[in-house]
Amino acid sequence: MMAARPMALVVFFVASAVMAVGDLSAQDGDDLGEATYVRWCAGCHGVDGTGNGPGAEYMLPRPRDFTLALYQIRTTANGALPTDDDILAIIDRGMPGTTMPGWENLLSDDEKEALVEYLKSFSRFFTPDEVPQPLDFGGATRVNADVLAEGEAQYQALECWRCHGNEGRGDGESSPTLTDDVLDFPIRAADLTENWLFNGGGEVEDIHRRMLTGLDGTPMPTQADLITAGIIDEDQLWALAHYVRSLSPDDPPGITEVVRGVLFEDAPLPSSVNDEAWLDVERTYLPLVGQIIVSPRWFDPRVDGVWVQAAHDGESVAVRVSWSDPNNSPDPEWADWKSQVISLMQPKEGDPQDEGPTPDQLMVQFPMQMPEGMEMPFFLRGDDSRPVYLWQWQSDRDGALEGEARGVGTEAFQSEGENLTVDASHADGEWQVMFTRRLVTDDEADLDFVTGEAIPMALFAWDGDNGESGARGAVSSWYFLFLEEATPATVYVYPALAMLLTFLLGILVVRGAQKREREGGEVVSETAI
Amino acid sequence: MSDRFELRGLVWPTLMLLVMAGCGGGDGGGGGGDAGGGAAMEDPVDAATAGNIAGSIVFEGDAPSMAVIDMSQESVCADKHSSTPMIQEVVVNSNGTLANVFVYVKEGLESLQFPTPGAVVLDQNGCVYLPHVLGVMVGQDITIRNSDGLMHNINASPTVNRPFNISQPVSMEIPRSFGTAEIMVPLRCNVHGWMNAYVGVVDHPKHSVSNGSGAFSLSTLPPGDYVIEAWHERYGTQTQNVTVTTGETTEVTFTFSAS
Repeated sequence: MMAARPMALVVFFVASAVMAVGDLSAQDGDDLGEATYVRWCAGCHGVDGTGNGPGAEYMLPRPRDFTLALYQIRTTANGALPTDDDILAIIDRGMPGTTMPGWENLLSDDEKEALVEYLKSFSRFFTPDEVPQPLDFGGATRVNADVLAEGEAQYQALECWRCHGNEGRGDGESSPTLTDDVLDFPIRAADLTENWLFNGGGEVEDIHRRMLTGLDGTPMPTQADLITAGIIDEDQLWALAHYVRSLSPDDPPGITEVVRGVLFEDAPLPSSVNDEAWLDVERTYLPLVGQIIVSPRWFDPRVDGVWVQAAHDGESVAVRVSWSDPNNSPDPEWADWKSQVISLMQPKEGDPQDEGPTPDQLMVQFPMQMPEGMEMPFFLRGDDSRPVYLWQWQSDRDGALEGEARGVGTEAFQSEGENLTVDASHADGEWQVMFTRRLVTDDEADLDFVTGEAIPMALFAWDGDNGESGARGAVSSWYFLFLEEATPATVYVYPALAMLLTFLLGILVVRGAQKREREGGEVVSETAI
Repeated sequence: MSDRFELRGLVWPTLMLLVMAGCGGGDGGGGGGDAGGGAAMEDPVDAATAGNIAGSIVFEGDAPSMAVIDMSQESVCADKHSSTPMIQEVVVNSNGTLANVFVYVKEGLESLQFPTPGAVVLDQNGCVYLPHVLGVMVGQDITIRNSDGLMHNINASPTVNRPFNISQPVSMEIPRSFGTAEIMVPLRCNVHGWMNAYVGVVDHPKHSVSNGSGAFSLSTLPPGDYVIEAWHERYGTQTQNVTVTTGETTEVTFTFSAS
């Protein structure tokens, strides 16, 4: 899956940092399960299974403590032990939205089977005579507009919005205070608009299961008792599952390299961030990951992707970026969340102090000049030989800044004379920020936007109340902005000309053939004589 | 005092009545019998030879100030409180005693098997748990009640028992019980971060929680030597050896100090 790719980078980084531990101890275990565990799992989950491996403090949520037998994703009742198949499924699929990767093609069946037994051996709760039984979930009901309306009504009635927010972006009023049950560390309410990051899978059956079983160890409770008590019936729970599913796109966004800048030939460019004209402009999802190249690195980015739209009218270009962020930072309601995240994620990065109120930010990066060939600037703010040109917006300041950089920390922004305007709004857990700039400006440090060419573009986003500022934020690699070319008049003339010529040529060819046939016929008859 | 104490005042006698009712049986049988036969099982304590323990929890030092609970966004709950609701981690009574201390027989009842008492109520009323500290016997039903009619989740995080986390978006009741003794099982509501409670789960019904005047009582115990433990969520546990004699009420005082 697309979003798994950047996450895999983080996992690889952490794994490579801790792999040596596994290598050293692996020889001790002659048992396959133990050997597999020590080799591949102990780096994060710890040799003793308590979730305290050397990689653990780079992760939020922290790795599972197997001694508690507390498994989020199960087919068994709330609070019950998982089945062997449940544990196996998590090993295979991983936990999307967390640092737990899937091992389906990386471990053999024997290794995985032995691993399941070994994981269970960490906890006294697993006994040979108690075999956990999966619940009967039934089959998904059909979905239609009425079902979705019923589901939305249940979303309101069961007060899912308390944590997940009105539109499901994990921005409910209780979301800043949520913590896990084991460590009491901050835990995010799931953003229901990104089902590809749901821990237990994003299809309606997965969602329905999570609602019946709850996610043990997290604030997410089971809804099963509501059916038992007659508060809702099974169809209503399915309707709720369908509604939650409908908050995400039908298909997870694929990886696209190019954001298409639509040409507005007759209509005016969108004039504001909420302009309805944006509804018709295609949007492209670009995944972001924590910045882990320069210090201080950041392993807990709030923004895991942004939706980008672009349009131009031959004079100006407008770019709208939308992303889930539960609040408009700085917000006192999130102050505790922020200080906890910083203290949990920064201990090895030095300089862990809370720097006071920090805003949300967005930065769009282009090369200062269009690159020749494939020679693009370093994706992280360029370098000496290839500087970058920046658009910068932040939530506690009106207006946008233009700037340039030759590497991280060298960013310099103009204080006036800017050619860039910005419009931003935050509602229901989503930021929408629109930049507008003339395609060509007088400033030599500004990139001149050309149509019909792939313009390198990268994005960086910060959630101030998630402890993000400076190098601690989310980054993308280079993508491309392609501004559609105006269609020249010749485009319409040449096809007509070509058709006419083809027609004429066709006539000539046919006539010639008919003539040859007549002449050839005579020849044939002569030959026959 | 705020109405939460008045409300708890209702639950407390109810609990005591239940405990008393459970102890009302006549002659004591031995410790035998099958564990599962709750209804049929008779009280193993001979009331004619039994004694009692009663006492209070004294608090020394300055009472720590508890944070005010901000219920401004939850007017349904805020309106239920006549005085400012406070965090209940340390509740020092006006007579200098400490409320919400769980007191139970830790040692001395191992040979006896008690019938399981009827259900006790753990209410969510005014976005606080009533009571804040609750004792139950293993297997005894806890009727978890939502009297607020708004979303509460009840998230139990035991370490000996298995956890549960249930949703109560409307006024309703859900029964739950614990199968193994555990001191204490923490409960909390993730929707309202200030809401928490503790459940003491013991193998018998001889437990008590110090009330608004710091008093507790453990009634109808066979004569003999016991270890009594008192648990408080901030100040930890203390134990005392107590001898119970027939027809007598042995006075016991635990003293917790501000630290």
